Amino acid sequence: MSMLLDIENLWVRFPTRQGIFDAVRGVSFSLGRERLGIVGESGSGKSMTGRAILSLIRPPGIVEADYIKLEGHDLLAKSEKEMQAVRGQRISMVMQDPKFSLNPVMTIGDQIIEAYRLHANASKAQAHAKSIEMLEAVSIRDPERVMRAYPHEMSGGMGQRIMIAMMLIPNPEILIADEPTSALDVSVQRQVLDIMDRLVKERGMGLIFISHDLNLVADFCDRVLIMYAGRIVEVCAADKLHEATHPYTRGLLNSLPRLDMPKDRLEVLQRDPAWSEAPSVSGRS
Amino acid sequence: MSMLEIEGLNVWFGTARDRVDAVKGAGFRVGEGESFGLVGESGSGKSTILRAITGLAPTWSGRIAIDGQPVAARRPKEFFKTVQMVFQDPYASLHPRHSVDQVLGETLFLHGFKDIDSRVVKLLDDVGLGQKFRFRYPHQLSGGQRQRVAIARALAPEPKLLLLDEPTSALDVSVQAEILNLLVDLRQEHNLTYLMVSHDLSVVGHMCDQLAVMKDGKIVEILDVEALRRMEATHPYAQHLLQASV
Repeated sequence: MSMLLDIENLWVRFPTRQGIFDAVRGVSFSLGRERLGIVGESGSGKSMTGRAILSLIRPPGIVEADYIKLEGHDLLAKSEKEMQAVRGQRISMVMQDPKFSLNPVMTIGDQIIEAYRLHANASKAQAHAKSIEMLEAVSIRDPERVMRAYPHEMSGGMGQRIMIAMMLIPNPEILIADEPTSALDVSVQRQVLDIMDRLVKERGMGLIFISHDLNLVADFCDRVLIMYAGRIVEVCAADKLHEATHPYTRGLLNSLPRLDMPKDRLEVLQRDPAWSEAPSVSGRS
Repeated sequence: MSMLEIEGLNVWFGTARDRVDAVKGAGFRVGEGESFGLVGESGSGKSTILRAITGLAPTWSGRIAIDGQPVAARRPKEFFKTVQMVFQDPYASLHPRHSVDQVLGETLFLHGFKDIDSRVVKLLDDVGLGQKFRFRYPHQLSGGQRQRVAIARALAPEPKLLLLDEPTSALDVSVQAEILNLLVDLRQEHNLTYLMVSHDLSVVGHMCDQLAVMKDGKIVEILDVEALRRMEATHPYAQHLLQASV
């Protein structure tokens, strides 16, 4: 399998009044043309890992790694200007809540066209046609109307699909999706995932799917990294997630209420300090 | 004897051209000590029903009766001793500049209790927080701890009916399990009646005896949990929801 992204020993640190806080502690993994899930609780460092790849962590935050290689080129050595050419063009990111990632005072059409023309040398008319085509690709009915609409006129599910359309226009090699569906309803969630899945397959992209929802990751991804306290505690194939062995993964799985297996009390996760001390597992395939 | 009875409830917002009917002709009853769930997607009106009961949505018609007593437009003080609500987001529902002690103490004072000090201690013990959290501020607490404080505040006036608006959807699954266990225990100890809103069918299946499925402001089906487990929903939308969440 061709290697798109290769990360070795990634650390993310934030200086605080109580000393340095390590949000991500020595994580290594690789991404091919596959769907890679990263799961964990809030504060486990999963979003920070995604942001660090795109150098979206601003000072005083510190990102350190032996290397973050995108098809052989180290992203850490690139200047801010060179990173601009990577962001959006080669690696895109879809954030959690469409309400906060769309500009409320610009029409959706203008935003997509702006995003496209920033990266491609295209006329306005070409960009418009391309935007309509993309909106259709994410199953938006009546794209002409949506182009003229403002973000507040859209529902959450539509907003998220628009974000996906915008992120996919430059045809990136890697898409990082940070909890793309957690602000959405169950029924809409499915639709958005299906669209992402189809696009990833058709274009042969690599997908990093960050989520706290174990079941969702289990049926959507190919491979899963489980993070705890800034480290990877377990790596497994997504369809084998329910056979995971690490006590943390088991604890998370058992704490979910299940319709088919009613019980009076849910199991509560008993945290073992040794989990955060154990060295990070390598997420290489 | 039913704790909560709702018949032909309509709730609307805005007037004339801008009028939105958020709830249309909803009706159900919850017996004393039972737990009832409301499920549906966002915008289906499930939270609006809770808000209409507590008086946060003033434009409603129909009949709401608590413990046999019909609810009037202006709710008396006793109403708030019987009915309390826990909100979705523990980050937004606590005053950021009030300590846990102030939050609980003020609530107890407003409800006319005299032995405030000993009651604050007892409330914190009830929700499993203990003394060391008494003088902390919300930003010094985790999401699960904040939700425990919000539950303690709701329990302060010793209510009979607790309205839970997505109490765990902002929390991690491991913390969700702790809060759900706490709610189950509190219901047994204090003989509470729950009306719980959630978009997660498995949470409702765990907590409730009966549930109503809502779509576009209408209750499309009321079924008990046994039927839910056997996947015996009859309405196509309820079926669809079941399939999506298994």
